[in-house]
Amino acid sequence: MGIEDKIPQGVVLTTLEGVFGWMRQASLWPATFGLACCAIEMMTYGAPRFDAGRWGQEVFRASPRQADLMIISGRISQKMAPVLRQVYDQMPNPKWVLAMGVCASSGGMFNNYAIVQGGDHLVPVDVYVPGCPPRPDMLIDAMFKLKKDIVAKRPMAKNEIEAWEAAERAALVAPATHEMKGLLR
Amino acid sequence: MSDEQSDLTPAVPEPPKPVATRRGMWSSGTGDTSGYSRIVRAVDWPAASEPPFGSWYDDAYNRLLALVDDPFIKVVLDRGELTFFVPREKVVEVMQALRDDALLRFEFCASVSGVHYPDDAGSELHVVYHLQSMTHNRRLRVETACPDADPHVPSVVATYPAADWHERETWDMFGIIFDGHPHLTRILMPDDWVGHPQRKDYPLGGIPIEYKGTTVPPVDARRNYR
Repeated sequence: MGIEDKIPQGVVLTTLEGVFGWMRQASLWPATFGLACCAIEMMTYGAPRFDAGRWGQEVFRASPRQADLMIISGRISQKMAPVLRQVYDQMPNPKWVLAMGVCASSGGMFNNYAIVQGGDHLVPVDVYVPGCPPRPDMLIDAMFKLKKDIVAKRPMAKNEIEAWEAAERAALVAPATHEMKGLLR
Repeated sequence: MSDEQSDLTPAVPEPPKPVATRRGMWSSGTGDTSGYSRIVRAVDWPAASEPPFGSWYDDAYNRLLALVDDPFIKVVLDRGELTFFVPREKVVEVMQALRDDALLRFEFCASVSGVHYPDDAGSELHVVYHLQSMTHNRRLRVETACPDADPHVPSVVATYPAADWHERETWDMFGIIFDGHPHLTRILMPDDWVGHPQRKDYPLGGIPIEYKGTTVPPVDARRNYR
């Protein structure tokens, strides 16, 4: 934590959040971390046809210490789970996680002994991308949603602590998925 | 081939005894979802072959017979592919001869794999070696077996160093212990894993999946799959 912690909540902190968010969303650095077939689509996303370089994001950092976005691109095996968690822990804050494809989101077709049933068992996931595998278009779409809706609006300092606590309180009283009622949308 | 086998060697059964009989598409129990109970399939061994085999097979067979004392349980020539069934205590000797002899010269061990035949009493676990001779452009399969109660097969790493990881994988997936392997540890599953997943009696696993308003049990709890 830095000097922003000294700033009292209010218009100054909110303005600072806006400036930081605007800068952060323009310089996301994904970690080079391919797990399975989705990683092939992720490479295509960075390659000339889909060209993440159009908005300056084609470089994947080879070290998690230089990255602030982890794209979980594929199924997570039980043996890979501690590795994934270590890569996440080595990334400096602030950091975000994008679960790419159904396997990273929920285990997908692999409901068996060998595969972790979704990346959110291991790390907090910000964006889930459906598809098996998702097309690079979908990854681009998810990346822009992440940039505009999550990275750019990330709270700071006291606001961040309050946001985490509010999310924790909401999660504790939220019904489990199988207890949900009403229109099943 | 061999008129007497030692107690250590489990006999590979002679055909036409089927290894298993399977009924229905989905179930090994009562729930034949085809509705007719008519889908019956016997799993057979290919019949043992007798010399002469033709082509280079006779040369390899006779040469190995001359080099190793009583090496074969049986020889199978099926679809143009030669398989030597070898008692497990002869595996090291046979492999050494297959690699080093100038007339055989199988320099390359392409794979070591395991097979689990739970109905094959006395030799439930098989180990299959695929060999290739670059010199003579020949391919050969060597198969050996061990009982589930005593899952030990000698390691061939001293002869074929490339078999190192293959034997670790076979241990990991089938629980076959390769005696003499330099460091027989798990290679695919985590080190603290319990059980050997490729055995037929290993459960598929999985967890119940939550949907809005309902929960769907894992696959092998839904139906009686084989």
